[in-house]
Amino acid sequence: MSSNKLLDDGSDWTFEKLDSYHQQIKIVAQRYRLDTYPNQIEIITSEQMMDAYSSVGMPIGYSHWSYGKKFIQTQQGYNRGQMGLAYEIVINSNPCIAYLMEENTMTMQALVIAHACYGHNSFFKNNYLFTTWTDADSIIDYLVFAKKFISDCEEKHGIAAVENILDSCHALMNLGVDRYKRPSKISMHEELLRQQEREQYLQSQVNDLWRTVPKSDDLDSLIKQRIPSEPQENILYFIEKNAPLLKSWQREVIRIVRKISQYFYPQKQTQVMNEGWATFWHYTILNTLYDDGVVSEKFILEFLHHHTNVVYQPPYHSQYYNGINPYALGFAMFSDIRRICEQPTPEDRQWFPDIAGSDWLDTLHFACKNFKDESFISQYLSPHLMRQMKLFSVTDDAAKDHILVDSIHNEMGYRQIRDNLAKQYNLSNLEPNIQVYDVQIEGDRSITLRYYPHQSIPLAKSSDEMLKHLHRLWGFEVKLEQVDDAGEVEMLGTCPKRKA
Amino acid sequence: MAHFIDRRLNGKNKSSVNRQRFIRRNKAQIKKAVGDAITSRSVTDVETGEQIVIPRKDLSEPFFHQGKGGKREQVHPGNDKFQPGDKIERPPEGNGSGHGSGQGNASDSGEGNDEFSFEISRDEYLDLLFEDLELPNLEQKEVSNITETKVVRAGFSSVGLPNNINIVRSLRKSQARRIAMTGSKRRELRVLEERISNLLASNASPTPEIEQLRKDIAHLKQQIKKVPFIDDFDIQYNNYVSFPCPSSRAVMFCLMDVSGSMDQATKDIAKRFYILLYLFLSRTYKTIEVVYIRHHTQAKEVDEQEFFYSQETGGTIVSSALKLMHNIQQARYPASQWNVYGAQASDGDNWADDTPLCHKLLAENILPNSRYFSYIEITNRAHQSLWDAYQELSEQKSQFAIKHIKEVSDIYPVFRQLFEKKLA
Repeated sequence: MSSNKLLDDGSDWTFEKLDSYHQQIKIVAQRYRLDTYPNQIEIITSEQMMDAYSSVGMPIGYSHWSYGKKFIQTQQGYNRGQMGLAYEIVINSNPCIAYLMEENTMTMQALVIAHACYGHNSFFKNNYLFTTWTDADSIIDYLVFAKKFISDCEEKHGIAAVENILDSCHALMNLGVDRYKRPSKISMHEELLRQQEREQYLQSQVNDLWRTVPKSDDLDSLIKQRIPSEPQENILYFIEKNAPLLKSWQREVIRIVRKISQYFYPQKQTQVMNEGWATFWHYTILNTLYDDGVVSEKFILEFLHHHTNVVYQPPYHSQYYNGINPYALGFAMFSDIRRICEQPTPEDRQWFPDIAGSDWLDTLHFACKNFKDESFISQYLSPHLMRQMKLFSVTDDAAKDHILVDSIHNEMGYRQIRDNLAKQYNLSNLEPNIQVYDVQIEGDRSITLRYYPHQSIPLAKSSDEMLKHLHRLWGFEVKLEQVDDAGEVEMLGTCPKRKA
Repeated sequence: MAHFIDRRLNGKNKSSVNRQRFIRRNKAQIKKAVGDAITSRSVTDVETGEQIVIPRKDLSEPFFHQGKGGKREQVHPGNDKFQPGDKIERPPEGNGSGHGSGQGNASDSGEGNDEFSFEISRDEYLDLLFEDLELPNLEQKEVSNITETKVVRAGFSSVGLPNNINIVRSLRKSQARRIAMTGSKRRELRVLEERISNLLASNASPTPEIEQLRKDIAHLKQQIKKVPFIDDFDIQYNNYVSFPCPSSRAVMFCLMDVSGSMDQATKDIAKRFYILLYLFLSRTYKTIEVVYIRHHTQAKEVDEQEFFYSQETGGTIVSSALKLMHNIQQARYPASQWNVYGAQASDGDNWADDTPLCHKLLAENILPNSRYFSYIEITNRAHQSLWDAYQELSEQKSQFAIKHIKEVSDIYPVFRQLFEKKLA
């Protein structure tokens, strides 16, 4: 490695330079055993970046007005200089697609290549959530299938009809994921083959479910049978399979939204880890290149400038404070794990007896593979880091006049801060817990949903609008109830509205 | 191995479909905004798009989420003064330092009455502005009436001008002729040449027969050579014919009363109306000429600046302007070649004796030559004799329409009424 010669550090990039930087980054990444999908690096303009932005980072998306709205917002924000664009977008697919903006300097491009093509890419390939819940091989094909299917539907059934269904599905997107059950992988070929079959099958199933004249001897058993037999958390799935009036193409549209939502679910659960991992590696890889004499001082100074901006964490009283910066927290935690491995203090040996003094690379790879944000924080957040970030935990109870400071970064508080921070990344606490509780198959075919508040946090006001969307999909009356800790049931609303 | 792909030249407007969807969905609000905007728009500004503001609540994408209240624990960085057990005042409304969920784009949709504003392009603006409107009476004029022609290619001909020679076709014909005219002679030639070579092979010494053959061959070659390389009737010319086509030219006559009773505000209203008409015509016709005629007791053709901004005093004789319009139209814009549109704005004042003359001029001279003639009266007072005369005329003639405008905000609705698509 010592024979490396310095790479050109001019700020303009060319394809040749990109390639030579990429070669060097790749060599270092392999030295650190980063296991990645093949990379497909695409150069795009800022306008194309805004396109990619507004379709939530999907390289191929079906048409929907909400993406147009996001595009207009992004474009305005960008044109007015209120916001910058992300330096990169990376897609969890095989090959892994990363977008580089043409406006970036050479240093930025190198940063992005290290960050996205080796950091995120290896995370996608190795983290357990991604390997079990998403299928990088088929996502692009599936998106192509979805786009085609939706545009065919628009042709057959009219734009308005498809838009209505999509609106309602988007509204329920967060409630369209299996949180515990592992979904089967998707592949376009199978999808296409099975789709016809499934259409007919589903339709016949639905008809059966609603056959209202049961044979007399079956009546008793039918009445006792409860639908759903257990509460269902995946509301979109339940509707897709059971809503009585939907056409088969509408069920397929629901399925598409559901699948896409499921695909993004792991990303929501690993924000800190994913960004932290990628940031840690761009930092480590580019510094290694500098130590090896491959990149110049000028390069590394520009890089450090960008890096510092990315991992800046404003304190709670700053006007820029907007929660904890996932890049900052993630980067700090991975760096801290390396420190614990390489230079453990007595405190670290007490808190992390299993990793203190172990091989840092092994430990890091293990952490990357086997955790999500919540478990990662509760496993690895060290007292050292809590002191460094000066973390403190507060309780905001609406029933009290004041916000109470529970614990600060001291011996008494470490464990509670760590627990609270971990909980803060637990999606099942952040997203409302709403389940399909009951369907009246005998009577008015109404569906009842139940909301179980977490720490008595109420549902936001938008729930009326949401009931309309549910009603559109279900076709019959929709009821929403709230069940509090004591088991008391309270009606939150119905659609159509009941006359009082 | 990584692939670098340059996507910069790929389709730029990937989102334009989505943008169109967005506009489609919010058409009602956007259209209202466009209608409102036309009244506040700078009158000379016809080339730009428009800033559209629509209420944000119509755009919300609701989703189930947790509301305020309940009990939350949050971890924040940068403690500088707190000890466990400290009590902090709850920050006034808004999220303040709360919500450290790291979730990024916590959407604010569903709440807040912010307005969503964005820019639409000129074309989008005009589309929305003139949606459902059409130029009346287009079908009444037959194509036979329209004598404008367009030169189009019409195959090939054997006569024509030298600059229209089609070289490829000409040479192709020449070659065909040469092949046809020399075919039999070449066949003969081949036979003779074969015989001579046979004879030469069998006996070495020249015989009279060989002599004869040589002579014949020379003769045939001569004849073949005499066929000309190119002949007059080989030459082909590109052929062009002229083809009648609907005229794409329009002339718009703006007639305005500039007598003392017309103040600047009234003129501005008229101007906005003219601009709308101009924009609307520009969607149908490629070239539009505008003729400005202003009048008090006398009419005069003027330029735009003078038309809108110079002040005159005196009485009003409307017929003078109509006469001038007719003369100009006859002299410069024959109805067979031009689509003639007239727009007259006035506050309704006229010399009482002049009104019957106006009626007559319009009915006999102007309307037969025009596609459409609109009259708007901008006044807050009662109508006078001119209005009555025109009203009578407008009931008889379909290409004549009159409307009454009271204030700026009436312009766009009145314009829409004038050009509304009439269901057959």
